[in-house]
Amino acid sequence: MTPRSERSERPGDRPGRFAALRRIAPLIALFLLLASCSGSGPQSTLEPQGPISRDIDGLWELVFSIAIGVFVLVMVAYVISLIRFRERKNDDRRPKQVHGNTRLEIVWTIIPAVILAVLAVPTVQNLFDIRAEPTGADVLQVRVTGHQWWWEFEYPDITSTDGRTLITANELHIPAGRPVYLTMTSADVIHSFWVPPLNGKRDVVPGRITHLTLEADADQATVDTGFGPGVILGQCAEFCGLAHADMRMRVFVHEEAGFQAWADGQLVPSVVPTEGVAADGFATFNQVCTACHQATVEQPDGTIETIGLEHFIEARGEQFRSSYGPNLTHFGGRTTFGGASFDNVEDHLRRWLANPADLKPMDPDRNDLANARILGMPNFGLSDDEISGLVTLLEGWK
Amino acid sequence: MAVTAERVTLRTPGETGLWSWITTVDHKRIGLLYGVTAFFFFFVGGLEALLVRVQLAQPNGEVLSAAAYNQLFTMHGLTMVFLVIMPIAAAFTNYFLPILIGARDVAFPRLNAFSYWLFLFSGIMIYTSFFVGGAPDGAWVGYSPLATQLPEVVRMDYWAIGLNLLGVASIASSANFIATIFTMRAPGMTMLRMPVFVWMALVVAFLLIFSLPPVAIGLFQLFFDRNFGALFYEGAAGGDPLLWQHLFWLFGHPEVYVLILPAMGIVSEILPVFSRKPLFGYEFVVFSGAAIGFVGFGVWSHHMFTSGMGPVAEAGFGIATMIIAVPTGVKIFNWIGTTWGGRLRFSTPMLFSLGFIAMFVIGGLSGVTHAIVPADTQQHDSYYVVAHFHYVLFGGAVFGYVAGVYYWFPKWTGRMLHEGWGKVHFWLMLIGFNLTFAPMHILGLNGMPRRTYRYGEGLGWDLWNLVATVGAFVIGIAFLLFLWNIIWARKHGEIAGNDPWDGRTLEWTIPSPPPVHNFDEVPVVHSLDDFWHKKYAEDEEGRLVEMATVSGGTLVDTGGEGEGEVHEEHHDIHMPSPSYYPALSSLGIVITGYGLVYLSWGWAAVAVGAMVTLWGLFGWSLEPITREEHA
Repeated sequence: MTPRSERSERPGDRPGRFAALRRIAPLIALFLLLASCSGSGPQSTLEPQGPISRDIDGLWELVFSIAIGVFVLVMVAYVISLIRFRERKNDDRRPKQVHGNTRLEIVWTIIPAVILAVLAVPTVQNLFDIRAEPTGADVLQVRVTGHQWWWEFEYPDITSTDGRTLITANELHIPAGRPVYLTMTSADVIHSFWVPPLNGKRDVVPGRITHLTLEADADQATVDTGFGPGVILGQCAEFCGLAHADMRMRVFVHEEAGFQAWADGQLVPSVVPTEGVAADGFATFNQVCTACHQATVEQPDGTIETIGLEHFIEARGEQFRSSYGPNLTHFGGRTTFGGASFDNVEDHLRRWLANPADLKPMDPDRNDLANARILGMPNFGLSDDEISGLVTLLEGWK
Repeated sequence: MAVTAERVTLRTPGETGLWSWITTVDHKRIGLLYGVTAFFFFFVGGLEALLVRVQLAQPNGEVLSAAAYNQLFTMHGLTMVFLVIMPIAAAFTNYFLPILIGARDVAFPRLNAFSYWLFLFSGIMIYTSFFVGGAPDGAWVGYSPLATQLPEVVRMDYWAIGLNLLGVASIASSANFIATIFTMRAPGMTMLRMPVFVWMALVVAFLLIFSLPPVAIGLFQLFFDRNFGALFYEGAAGGDPLLWQHLFWLFGHPEVYVLILPAMGIVSEILPVFSRKPLFGYEFVVFSGAAIGFVGFGVWSHHMFTSGMGPVAEAGFGIATMIIAVPTGVKIFNWIGTTWGGRLRFSTPMLFSLGFIAMFVIGGLSGVTHAIVPADTQQHDSYYVVAHFHYVLFGGAVFGYVAGVYYWFPKWTGRMLHEGWGKVHFWLMLIGFNLTFAPMHILGLNGMPRRTYRYGEGLGWDLWNLVATVGAFVIGIAFLLFLWNIIWARKHGEIAGNDPWDGRTLEWTIPSPPPVHNFDEVPVVHSLDDFWHKKYAEDEEGRLVEMATVSGGTLVDTGGEGEGEVHEEHHDIHMPSPSYYPALSSLGIVITGYGLVYLSWGWAAVAVGAMVTLWGLFGWSLEPITREEHA
C-alpha cells in the first residue's frame, strides 16, 4: 500500500530491512536450540508413554504447528510494517489516510474461522475418545481416593481368598498394554489426578465420581526415565492446601507376569513379629498408628485380620473403602512415602516419625476426626526406642 | 473567559492538602488516586511475585514455608487482578472518559468517589489480614471446599468479604461510566464518533454489571458455608463443589476481558497517533471488542475442562472458546493495518503498544490451544497456563497500561516522561517479561503444576525455573526505573504543552494538566478524531495535509449547531462541591466487613459499620450538590 514512488526514493532501505532480520535470527535459533535440548523429563506431556497421551500429544503438535505458522505470518506482516514505514530523518511523507477496507476485514475474519473449524473436528473426535469408558475383559479397574495429601488406590477386582481387596497408597502399579479405568472421588477437598505421560488430568471431587483411563505402552515396563524401569511420575494438579506440592505419585508399569506377581504379593498379609525390636514396634503400631492407619496382618496364631480404623467415603451413593491415613500393609516394599515425596529409607522414616511436619508441611493441630477432617500426621512424641521399633517393623513389611 | 475561570475556582474550594483529596469528587483527581493506589499495589504484588520466584529458583527451595508460599501466590493473584489491573483501568477511565467525550465530569461524581474509597479500604482490609495471623491462602479462585474447610481460620473470610466489597465498588463505577457515556457526550459526539477507549470502557462496564452478581452470590454462599453451616458447596452433604466453580468462572472469564479490553482501547488510541493515520477499521475494532465481551459470557467452563462436566459440555465450551479467537484476531489485524502505510514514530507509548501486540499474539495463540479440550487436560493448572495468562495480562494488559501512562502522563502533570529512560524501561521489560514467562510454557508442558511451593530434582524443571527467576528480577529493575522516571519527570520533565504527541482526540485540545472543569467551552464534535481533523485535511489522494492555523490549544468552534448551549455553559459552569460523605459511607461498609470476618464477636463492628454507612448515605443524599456561591 505504500506508493511505489516512495520506495524508489529510498533505495537504501532494503539492506537495512534484511540486516534487522539477520540480527534477530540467531536469537530465535538459540531459543529453539535451548528448547529442544532441555529434554522433557519423567513427568512430561511431551514424552507420552501410552496411546491416550500420544493422541493428545499429536493433537497438541497439530495445534502448536498451526499456531507457530499463524504467529510467523502475523509477525512477518508486523515487522515488515514497522521497518518499512518507520519514520526516518527528514522524513516528510504524508501518509494516506486509509480508514479501513471491508474486503480485508471479511478475509481476516473468515480465514481464522476456517482454521478453527478445521481444528474443531479432531478436537471433538479425540475428546469423545478419551472420555469413553474402555470395554473388554482386559480392563483393570482401580478406585482412587484423593486425600490431603496422599493418594489411595483400591483394586476392587483383585481379591484374596478371604475376600479382601488390594489396597495401596501413592504408588500405583499397572500392567503394560492394558487399559486401566480409574473411578475416583475425594475424601476432603478437590484434587486432580495427573500422570502426564499416560493421560491428561482429571479432577477428583468430593461427593462426585470422576473417571480417567490410563494406558501404558506394551513395552513401557523397561523404559527408565531416571526413577527406575517402568516408573512414571505424576502428582496432584488441583491446589488442595498446605502440602499440595508434596501430593505426588508414582506409577509402576509391569509386564503382565510381573504385575500378577506384585498383586499376589500384596494380598499376602504382613506378618506380626513376635520378638525383638520389631515386636516392640508392633506394640507401638497397635497402640498409636492404628488410630488412622490400617494394615492387614497375620497374627502369630495364624489369624488374618485388618487392624486399624476403617472409614467409608460416600460419593453418589457409592461407598469407597478407605482409612484416615495410608494403608501400611507392605509399606517396606514401597519406594517412597509421604505422598510419594520422600524416598523410603530409614533416615527419612526416622525423621518422619520424630516429627512428620519436619519433612512435609501439614497442619495436624487442626485435625478433627469426628468430622473426618485430617490435615496430616501429628507428632506423637515417640521415644527413640519406639521410633526404632516402628522403623524396623515397617521396613520389614516388604 | 477569565471571569468564567474565576467563578469555577471559587466553586471548588480545597485545591490542596489531604482533606481536598479525601473530599474530592473531581473525576481527574479520583482517576489519579486510582492510578497511584494501583501503582503502589503493583509494587506490593510484584514483591510477592519475586518472593515466589526466589523460592522456585531451585528444586526443593527453602526460602519460604509452604504456608507462606500459599499466602503469597494467593495474594499475588488477588492483588494483580483486583488491586492493580482493574483499578489502573479505572484510573484511565475515570480521568479520560469524560474528557474524551467532551464532558466536565462523570454522571455521578460522588458515587465515583465512593467507588474509589471503597476500593481503597477493601484493599487495605484484605492486606491487614497479613498482620492478624495470615493472608488468604486458598488461591484467588478460592475453590470450595478447600476455601470452606477451616471456618475457624479467618483468612478466607477476608478473601470472601474483601472481594465482595471490591465488587460493590466496581458495580458502582460501572453504572457511573455507563450513565456518563449515555447521557453526557458533547454535542455531535455520536456513539460511533467515540474513541475506541471509551467504547471499551462501555463494554467493560456492562461486563462487570452482568458478571459480578453471580460471583457475589457465590461468595455469600461460600461465606454462609464457612460461618453458618450452610452446605452449598459440601459434596458429602449433597451440595456441589462445582457450583462454586461455575459461579466463579461465570464472573472470572468475563473478568479477563475486563482486564484486557481497556488496554486494547488504549493501544487503539496510541497506534493512530504515532502512525499518523486513522485507526484501520474503527467499526470493526469497536464491534469485535463488543463481540469479545458478548461471547466471553459463553466460555466460562473452559476453566473446568478437567472437572468432569462430560464431553458434550466440554465440546460446546471448547468450540465457543475457539470463536473468541476470531474477533481477537480481527483486532490484531486492524492494529497492524493501522501501522501499514503510516509514518511511524517509535516514541515510548508506541513501543509499549507494539510490545503489547506482539506479546498478546503469543498469549492469544496459547489461548487457542486451551480450546483444544484434550490438550487442555494436559495444560490445565500447569505452568503452561501461568505462562498463557501472563502473556495476556502482563504482556497484554500491563504493556497496554504502561503505554497509556507514557502517553497520558503529560496530560496529567504537564510534563513529559524521559524518553531515553522510557526506552530502556521498554527493552528491559520486554526482555525480562519473556525470560520470565516464555520458559513457563516449557515447564508446564513438562508436567510442572502451578501453585506448588517446591518441586523435586530430576524432573527437568531446574534450568527453566532459574531462567524465570532471573527474568523476574529484570522486570523488577525495569519497574524501578519506571518509578524513578515518574518521580523525576514530575518535577524535571520537559514541559508538555497541550498537545505533545500531535494527538487526535479531545484531551489534547485542553491544557495539561486540565482545568478542574476540563473545557472552558463544551466542544462540538463533527467527526471521529475531531481534533485531528481540525489540524489536518486530506488532499485528493487521501494524503495528509497540515492546516496552517491550528496547533493545539483551545479551539473556538464556529459550527452553527449547539452554539446556543455552548454559550450558556460559558457563563455558568456548575462543578459539584467536595464531599466527605462518599468516603465516610465506604468506610462504614468496610467496618461492617471487618465485623463479618470476625463474626463470632464482630456483631458490634457490623452494627457500628452499618450506622456509619447510613450516616454517610443520609448526609450524602441531603447535602446540597453545589455550595452557596462565595460562601
